[in-house]
Amino acid sequence: MSLKSMLTGVAALSLMSGVAFAQDRTVNVFNWSDYIDESILEDFTKETGIKVVYDVFDSNEVLETKLLAGSTGYDVVVPTADFLSRQIQAGVFSKLDRSKLPNLSNMWKDVEERVEIYDPGNAYSINYMWGTTGLGYNVEKVKAALGDDAPVDSWDLLFKPENIEKLNDCGVYILDAPTELIPAALNYLGIDPNSESKGDIEKAGELLKSIRPYVQKYHSSEYINALANGDICLAVGWSGDVLQARDRAAEADNGVTVEYAIPKEGALMWFDQMAIPADAKNMDEAHEFLDYIMRPDVMAKASNYVYFANGNKASQKLLNEDVIGDPAIYPDEETVKKLYTKAPYGPKINRIVTRTWTSVKSGQ
Amino acid sequence: MKENIAAPKRRSLGAWALIAAPYLWLLILFLVPFLIVFKISLSQVAIAIPPYIPAFDLAEGWQAFRDNLSELSFENYIWLTEDDLYWKSYLSSVTIAGISTLLTLLIGYPIAYGMARSPRSIRPTLLMLVILPFWTSFLIRVYAWIGILKNEGLLNQLLLALGIISEPMVILNTNIAVYIGIVYSYLPFLVLPLYASLERLDGSLLEAAEDLGCPPWKAFWKITLPLSLPGMIAGCFLVFIPAVGEFVIPDLLGGSDTLMIGKTLWVEFFSNRDWPVSSAVAVILLMILVIPIVLFQNQQQKMSERDG
Repeated sequence: MSLKSMLTGVAALSLMSGVAFAQDRTVNVFNWSDYIDESILEDFTKETGIKVVYDVFDSNEVLETKLLAGSTGYDVVVPTADFLSRQIQAGVFSKLDRSKLPNLSNMWKDVEERVEIYDPGNAYSINYMWGTTGLGYNVEKVKAALGDDAPVDSWDLLFKPENIEKLNDCGVYILDAPTELIPAALNYLGIDPNSESKGDIEKAGELLKSIRPYVQKYHSSEYINALANGDICLAVGWSGDVLQARDRAAEADNGVTVEYAIPKEGALMWFDQMAIPADAKNMDEAHEFLDYIMRPDVMAKASNYVYFANGNKASQKLLNEDVIGDPAIYPDEETVKKLYTKAPYGPKINRIVTRTWTSVKSGQ
Repeated sequence: MKENIAAPKRRSLGAWALIAAPYLWLLILFLVPFLIVFKISLSQVAIAIPPYIPAFDLAEGWQAFRDNLSELSFENYIWLTEDDLYWKSYLSSVTIAGISTLLTLLIGYPIAYGMARSPRSIRPTLLMLVILPFWTSFLIRVYAWIGILKNEGLLNQLLLALGIISEPMVILNTNIAVYIGIVYSYLPFLVLPLYASLERLDGSLLEAAEDLGCPPWKAFWKITLPLSLPGMIAGCFLVFIPAVGEFVIPDLLGGSDTLMIGKTLWVEFFSNRDWPVSSAVAVILLMILVIPIVLFQNQQQKMSERDG
């Protein structure tokens, strides 16, 4: 988080100075790192004449802090839905002008419905990508440690001490994301992942603490390389990231096979949403950018590149077979039913959640 | 000291401006930001831009300010006492910074001493070599240590190849890596002031000691060390103070159990979005650092006045 976010800060400064002198039409986009096929931005500029100043972040927290401090200078940002929800409450975003977004008709109703709990009526945001938080594992190493019938399709692999202790030698990484791991632990315990009771959060904390001795690192991006290089054998990670690791390992041909599994007990379904800050200087350009992104061919290109599913129904027939046909990216009906969403925590319980997480990580 | 400054004739406008400049600098770049942080620490968290409700608003005028003064709430400070996470973080930060400072001193003193004792002609080159690392970004240099310290990193490969160890040592993501990072990063800050005071050292004192039959180690202990004390203290402060609040090094090199106040503050600010509590953490951190330093300075001044 730190290196990239600081570099991002530097980039943001240079961006702002760039804005001041630009006479042409510009749109300032702030998106996750490694989250778009860059040729999409070039094509957009070619077609519309609007220059894209593109800048990246790698944590929702950094984006949120910038947004809450105000005057970010960005015209389009991409928070995850639970963060977006709180930011809408804080008055960060401007309502979308739907008349400027004819391509909204391409969007996927099922995804829009699920986003309703974060952004009622999808009034402030459009879906860019969605995915799940599940298990990425090294096929050979897990088999070597746990045998052929290793429970790779279940949270048992992570949460049962007799399993994870055998993976200790080859390495386990977990996302540094309390708002995803606590619900995952609750779900495994058979408790509502949306529970906001202090007692339940503490139970989830206990479960996570019980596996802590076997976890090498809590980090939200390093697991991609670590999985691909065969440095670790298990990671709790985001679907597309694990699949990127899978492809990198395949390209490197280093004898490492990475797979992603949505555990059968269910997993978190999350949504990265594009929205326009209320203080955006280039409202029209931002709308044009969103509308361009919602074109089926553009969205398909984006998904084919990042290996995440998108919320654009019309793009599905243009997706590569290894994207649309991969149940790890587009899960089947049965699996989708088991996916849960997580409403944002209120401020009081949020503090308990982060405090529990700190104590899981630090042992304090 | 004071008598020397208080010259009998009246100061010109230019002289006043010259004296005012550093105070103005401190006022604008230290006191005002500190007061802003202190003000936020008295406010309440909210879902808004910015994410807190101000405790008082100076725009409302003096009367409103005075009314609010009686209602000021220090609950964010009380909160800090209720969770042992905070004092454990402070304590652990001070410990890590203290050990690092000691290690830096042990490594830095011989370097500075060697530099000051080297022929005059090569001193500028040596000085340059100490400053040279600053030409590369601090972040990149800390990042490079990941490549050196990790299990398959350069250090382990070297030690394995030499047959010194048979299995890779786990250094990265531990406190040892944090010590290495801090010592490496802050070494120049200790070497430079120490070098300055060692270089000024009057060589004739050591010659006199030798003439009078004092063995070299004793001369070092009785003369060099006490005379280089101001440089040592300045250098140690320059290492210790930033190391206490260090965030980048523990984040990149430390493990998840490395508890430091910089990281605690990050979580408070970014994950909890609680600007008031994180401001309170920062204010307390400043107190922890400033009060002992001011006391120490007073002590030093008294001593020098007594000696003088």
